[in-house]
Amino acid sequence: MRLTCPLCGDRDRREFYYYGAEDYLHRPVEGAPVADWDNYLHLRDNPAGVTKDLWYHEAGCSQWLLVTRNTVTHEISAVELVAERKA
Amino acid sequence: MPELIAKSALEGRSSTSGTVTLAEVAVGPITSIAVFPGGAKAVAKGLKTLGLAMPEPNSFAEKKGARIVWTGRDQAFLIGVAPPVLEGAAVTDQSDGWAVLSVSGAGVADVLARWVPIDLRLAAFPVGRAVRTQLNHMNVVILRVGDHAFEVMVFRSMARTAWHEVETAMHMVAARLGTKI
Amino acid sequence: MRIDGKGLIDRTKPVRFRFDGKDYAGYKGDTLASALLANDVRLVGRSFKYHRPRGVLTAGSEEPNALVEVVGPSNQTPNVRATMQEVFEGLVAQSQNRLGSLRFDLLAVNDYLSPFLSAGFYYKTFMWPRAFWEGLYEPIIRRAAGLGSLSGKHDEGTYEKAFAFCDVLVIGSGPAGLMAALTAGRSGADVILCEESHALGGRLLSDNQTVGGMPAGEWVAQVVAELQALPNVRIMARTTVTGAYDHGTYGALERVGLHKPARPNLPRECFWRIVAKHAVLASGALERPVAFENNDRPGIMMASAVRTYLNRYGVVPGKRVTLFANTDQARGVARELMAAGVTVAAIIDPRPDASSVEDCPVHVGAEVVGSRGRLGLSGIQVRKGSEIIEIETDCLAMSGGWNPTIHLTCHMNGRPRWSEELAAFVPMEGAVPGLVAVGAANGSMSTHGALVTGHAAALKAVEALGRKVSVAVPEAEDMPYRLKALWAVEGTGRAWLDFANDVTTKDVKLAAQEGFRSVEHMKRYTTQGMAPDQGKNSNVAALAVLADATGRGIAETGVTTFRPPFTPVSIAAMGAGGRAEGFAPQRFLTSDQASRDRGAPMIEAGLWYRPSYFPKPGETTWRDACDREVNMVRQAVGVADVSTLGKIDIQGKDAGRFLDFVYTNTFSTLPVGRVRYGLMLREDGLVLDDGTSARLGQDHYLMTTTTAAAGLVMRHLDFVHQAFCADWQVRFISVTESWAQFAVAGPKARALVNSFLEVPVELPFMGVAPVRIGGVDGRLFRISFSGEEGYELSVPTRYGEALFRDLVARAETMGGGPYGMEALNVLRIEKGFITHAEIHGRVTAHDIGMEKMVSAKKDCIGKAAATRPGMWGPEREQLVGLKTHAPISAGAHLFVPATEVHRETDQGYVTSVCWSPTVGAWLGLGFLKDGRARHGEKIRLVDHLRGLDVICEVCHPVFHDPEGEKLRA
Repeated sequence: MRLTCPLCGDRDRREFYYYGAEDYLHRPVEGAPVADWDNYLHLRDNPAGVTKDLWYHEAGCSQWLLVTRNTVTHEISAVELVAERKA
Repeated sequence: MPELIAKSALEGRSSTSGTVTLAEVAVGPITSIAVFPGGAKAVAKGLKTLGLAMPEPNSFAEKKGARIVWTGRDQAFLIGVAPPVLEGAAVTDQSDGWAVLSVSGAGVADVLARWVPIDLRLAAFPVGRAVRTQLNHMNVVILRVGDHAFEVMVFRSMARTAWHEVETAMHMVAARLGTKI
Repeated sequence: MRIDGKGLIDRTKPVRFRFDGKDYAGYKGDTLASALLANDVRLVGRSFKYHRPRGVLTAGSEEPNALVEVVGPSNQTPNVRATMQEVFEGLVAQSQNRLGSLRFDLLAVNDYLSPFLSAGFYYKTFMWPRAFWEGLYEPIIRRAAGLGSLSGKHDEGTYEKAFAFCDVLVIGSGPAGLMAALTAGRSGADVILCEESHALGGRLLSDNQTVGGMPAGEWVAQVVAELQALPNVRIMARTTVTGAYDHGTYGALERVGLHKPARPNLPRECFWRIVAKHAVLASGALERPVAFENNDRPGIMMASAVRTYLNRYGVVPGKRVTLFANTDQARGVARELMAAGVTVAAIIDPRPDASSVEDCPVHVGAEVVGSRGRLGLSGIQVRKGSEIIEIETDCLAMSGGWNPTIHLTCHMNGRPRWSEELAAFVPMEGAVPGLVAVGAANGSMSTHGALVTGHAAALKAVEALGRKVSVAVPEAEDMPYRLKALWAVEGTGRAWLDFANDVTTKDVKLAAQEGFRSVEHMKRYTTQGMAPDQGKNSNVAALAVLADATGRGIAETGVTTFRPPFTPVSIAAMGAGGRAEGFAPQRFLTSDQASRDRGAPMIEAGLWYRPSYFPKPGETTWRDACDREVNMVRQAVGVADVSTLGKIDIQGKDAGRFLDFVYTNTFSTLPVGRVRYGLMLREDGLVLDDGTSARLGQDHYLMTTTTAAAGLVMRHLDFVHQAFCADWQVRFISVTESWAQFAVAGPKARALVNSFLEVPVELPFMGVAPVRIGGVDGRLFRISFSGEEGYELSVPTRYGEALFRDLVARAETMGGGPYGMEALNVLRIEKGFITHAEIHGRVTAHDIGMEKMVSAKKDCIGKAAATRPGMWGPEREQLVGLKTHAPISAGAHLFVPATEVHRETDQGYVTSVCWSPTVGAWLGLGFLKDGRARHGEKIRLVDHLRGLDVICEVCHPVFHDPEGEKLRA
């Protein structure tokens, strides 16, 4: 598997650390209801198809990446920097 | 008063196998420049005094013994000279954190291809390119300083392992010479 | 038998080798199989289950029978295909899977027991009585199972891995592959051409053909010479592409040194990871056997193999050859044999409409129904209508048509398509993105078809790369491929499908009869396709028999999944570079040599090597040294290298704000020149790490992490920063490697430290200051991990060794000296300081008694989760100290005395223990349910593994100087 880091370019999967779903980016505000935190920390979809998840370019630029990929075809349709993500 | 004698990680060792030579090199001061949000202009001004600018991703530039190497998002290492006064960036001394290995000679890319999972062909990795990647299990910065010459920056504590890996690959590649069909 | 004037072997270079203890001669260019056949050795192995005598079946990597052990100086490689192993001077090989000699294998008794050894016999037979499972059945099965054997010694051979990149990867160098490589190569694209064999040309080396008006061999030589001259083409012979993976990644195994005597540093094999923008699969096709009674005798071979041995190696595997084949193509074998002066006794062609015009007897519409000859073929029985004809023959060349070698196209879950016309599976287009199958691999069976499709695929790739090229496709044979599918001949005896695993047509029919109708179930029930050849010779025929037995078509029956690797890959090659020093980086301290000079044994801490203890003359155990070092720190002064702790330099106007966000407690209020202990949580409320952070300037902090979690914390900080506050004025970088840092602890620590400083400083507890040491800028921290007055002195790493040696030497003049990890651990347990033994990923701030450190005034990572019910309170296991007078162990569990010891009564567990020379007792740290309310209680510590059952006193975790008077002295 290969990922194209927006900064470093096309790289082998071994350079990256996988974290989990993009949900981790949507941190509830302080004092949010417990259900929001439960959802944030523990509830995940497991789609057969397009999914977004977080990868860390540990052996490269140390950037966290938001990867859009298809769990069925393995196609990777987008990789963006978490630090510069839109929305 | 104590007398503190400076020692490099590999004490300037060098080794040749086949056509490739491996050597620890002294590169002088290494300074990390990490630009704060909105700090680019101020940093550019500071670097201009050296005739340098923040490098594009995956590249390095040199001017009069000073080298600036891209090392990450809005981050670069200034190597070989003391840093100028820099506003707009976090400036951190990294001189002692790295060991720098020079690997050079015909077939040098074949040697590094034993451990480095990136495209080292000259067209894809021309002189002036600097990347962060891996050397077997170690995170490194690799610079192409010549058609047949690379410099590999590795964490100082791992220098002996890096040396061992590259030297092993040199031996294997040398042993293959003349084994073509 | 060798034929004069034929073959591509070098007859000027004879090679001596040994097989089963006997010396033979071959030539350079021979495989072990061709050299043995040249020496009339027909029996080369025994089959897996019935131990039937077996000979060479094929001339390629699909060989199921001729598997041998190659004996090297430091290794013995089992299951080597004799058809792939090149002979070299001094090669030693031996047959395998036998008990006794190859000719008189004692386990051949299995063949007579075959009525009891049908498919699924294991499942049916070894069921009862239960008591026999371990004592009787398993040893018997283990003795009989498996193929070759290993040397039992450590393999000292060299193995290699490597990465390669290209525009176009061409897999296979037959006519299609060579044409593709030539086309792509001439365009200037970067090409890698992989060929499994040692010579390029594929079937053009085996068949007597004409390409572009010249003998095929000449055309091959021309093309190869041109490719070798092109700087953008890399030819990799002896390299099998073993797998196709995501995003243009391919695995390939190169046999680097297996064809020559072992040499130092010369890899035996290299495992390549090749990344290609485009790939052309020109892997050809595999000829398939026909199942008939006793079709597995030595001397019965694939027709294409007979042709290869004749044309490529100048070897004829018999004196009276017969041919049993259902295509016109196969007739060429007979003609070439006759042209070479070999007697062809008969051609048996099952097609009723086939031509009977040849220079030898031809039986049209006939089938081979049986064979004879115990250790080698001596004759066959042919059924023609109602007549049975006996034919004397010592070599039967058989062909049931061809199966395109589609394996790689299925490696990413692609399913092949059944072609009625070819009676074979062909690749589904686009099954592996970027890979196009051409030539026979895609069902274009003629040489012309191979050249045309190879050229077209390369041209398409070249155009996609934005390049142009014009290459003429040479003229070649374009014979139509016309066959009558023939999988198995009707008969009553055992007819082999899978030679390697001894699976017969009967087994497949039995599987269907017993309800294993799915091809995947049949495979597992009969083990068909599960041998080293992975069914390359038998899959399609087996599922055809299954289709027939279940009354379905082949397309409907489907095929089992082809997975990587295409051919077996040795673990040593796949794991190359990962053994011994390559297993993980070794991180060395600047004090490493100084510690070793003092005889300190090293202990691994993460990737670091740290001194365990510093033995002195007269000390007989590590405990002697450890106890002395603890007393030394408590009474005088000790020096320890603590450079392994993670150090992160954090700068910016928002640095304090950032630390407030990642730590539970507040750092923005820390005065410059002061240090504070901080606790870091994961977002799920569990403790991530702890450590001290110093404020070096208004906008400048230095965070320390534990040794083990340094990388983890960096990743965490990067995430928090980039995900939640990328716009803040804060940047950070690891400076772990930049500073050598030494702990100086004990009542005489201040005196020792000050003797080094150009200007002595008076630091308060938890203070930090810049210092000058021998002309070098350093930092001094007043922090303690021992409970004594403690300092940490840091200098740029290059001065580390010099400073350590000097610190230790001066400490010794003060009754002190160096201390190692063992003493460091005892000191911190006595003081109740936690490490990752305690904060092991399942404890909360409350569990370790630090809930008050979670600031109520601000948000921080993990705060919301840490305050949820269940994360705190008396039902949780809380940090306690344990004290007793008998040895105790970490990992032990805690129980109320006089209760039964089992899971339900478990009250907690022990994380750290030591003998405390200071307290004069065994001390432990551990977690106990509602532990803080139970100080003074007696608790039972049980460790079944070490046979410990000890009563301990529950106490406060700080055993030494609980008021901290020494720290602040």
